Amino acid sequence: MKLERGGPWIESAGPDGDVIVSCRARLARNLAGFPFVNRASDGERREILRLIRSLDLAERPMQWLDMQDLKAGERQRLLERHLVSRPFTEADIPRGVAIGDGERLSVMVNEEDHLRMQVLLPGCELEEAWRQVSQVDHRLERSVDLATHPRWGYLTACPTNVGTAVRFSVMAHLPGLRLTNEIERLRRAANALDLAVRGFYGEGSESTGDFYQVSNQVTLGISEADLLGHFMTVVVPRIVEYERMARRMMLDRNRLLLEDRVHRALGVLRSARLLSVDEAMKHLSRIRLGVSLGLLENIPLGIVQRLFLEVQSGHLRQANNDLPSTTEVLNREMDDEPLRQRRADVVRIALGG
Amino acid sequence: MNVKCDRCEEPAEVHEIDVSKGVQVHLCREHALEAGFQLPETPPVTKLLSDLASMQVQISSGGTSEPRHRGCETCGTTFGQFRKTGLLGCPACYGTFAKQLESVIGRSQNGATAHVGRVPDQAADLVDQQALRRSILDEIDRAVASEQYERAARLRDRLQTIAEEGES
Repeated sequence: MKLERGGPWIESAGPDGDVIVSCRARLARNLAGFPFVNRASDGERREILRLIRSLDLAERPMQWLDMQDLKAGERQRLLERHLVSRPFTEADIPRGVAIGDGERLSVMVNEEDHLRMQVLLPGCELEEAWRQVSQVDHRLERSVDLATHPRWGYLTACPTNVGTAVRFSVMAHLPGLRLTNEIERLRRAANALDLAVRGFYGEGSESTGDFYQVSNQVTLGISEADLLGHFMTVVVPRIVEYERMARRMMLDRNRLLLEDRVHRALGVLRSARLLSVDEAMKHLSRIRLGVSLGLLENIPLGIVQRLFLEVQSGHLRQANNDLPSTTEVLNREMDDEPLRQRRADVVRIALGG
Repeated sequence: MNVKCDRCEEPAEVHEIDVSKGVQVHLCREHALEAGFQLPETPPVTKLLSDLASMQVQISSGGTSEPRHRGCETCGTTFGQFRKTGLLGCPACYGTFAKQLESVIGRSQNGATAHVGRVPDQAADLVDQQALRRSILDEIDRAVASEQYERAARLRDRLQTIAEEGES
């Protein structure tokens, strides 16, 4: 499996990149005439995979990966790059993912639905992400019959996703709200707006590194355009404004304390000989905050962004074939000493320690 | 029947009657196990409740006169399976469980009652125009009630477009 060095979300920051790391538009689709994935036989699942693989879903050819051919470490790396979901890495059924356009586009086949298609872009460019994933959707619907219903719209295996079956989300970096203990208020406000707040790797994951994924929960009774408009005019500006306010407040009232935290984080990362992934993410988050606020002038944001990916277990193992290989790298206990040592080395060298 | 165990003072739980010899044996749980009887585990309360519930369903539906709903005819998924996994088995399940899904979807979708938004090109012709019009009218009411006037205006445009398409 060959992947590019980075991914769209670790490139140079996009619009509102100080707060919004990346944005994503995702569509769930199912083929008419087949059972949903959970009820399909392996034969049917293979047929679905074959059928979708035969389509031209994007202008340029995509890279197809059969998940059952990949090693656990390779599947883990796809997850770390936000190209597939966690359940998709763990399932044991015929399934595959198509990756295109420099990892901006990915199409999971036989996840919970027959197709989960996403476009992921840096910063807040949801309109563009939506435009691109819509194109894929148009290509799809010209080639196959999709499961739809006059009243419920696009049908999904889980009935709570029907309607547009679209999920817009932004990955927000919110160290300011975290440090000022305002995250709970954000969560409440998000709930009131029918939004879900999740961790770095989606459903069920923790918000490591102060990253929060904010996405819509309602998919019925509101058109794609209206939902997108709501995100761009209400949801995202509020999150960005709220986080920037928290950062400004810390700077105004407690600049010394903030500088201390940022420089301590840099001190740890430039000196540590062993680093767990959680510790690395926590300190990298503070450095990202420091860089965004101009407190650390000599560290480019791009390096920090890249490190968020490179400290993940799957990527560390890939870069170091000498590390003991394991079939179950998903297990946090496998974050063993050689791995923590290697993580500390990678970070220390990148940050000039 | 409140018979004591043949070997102690505990109430008997096992009663064996050999009709041919006219011999009766009554044993408490402990002595029955000792004598080599296989006793069923005490069923958990939840099992009892669900058994009771299914019994009542049978009684109220008049025993065997009406077969109970077995599940989706296309894929075999039962409503119980759906409740357990949260996943339906196939598109036809939406018809099979239409009644139950109405409330499930309504609750998860903030009370929305119908799809508004794009439909696949081929499917557009199949959409029940009346149902669509009704659902859009509902949405307009909701939009106005929550003071989303721009959205209401867009929905009205949509309604107009549908009317024009219907005429042409």
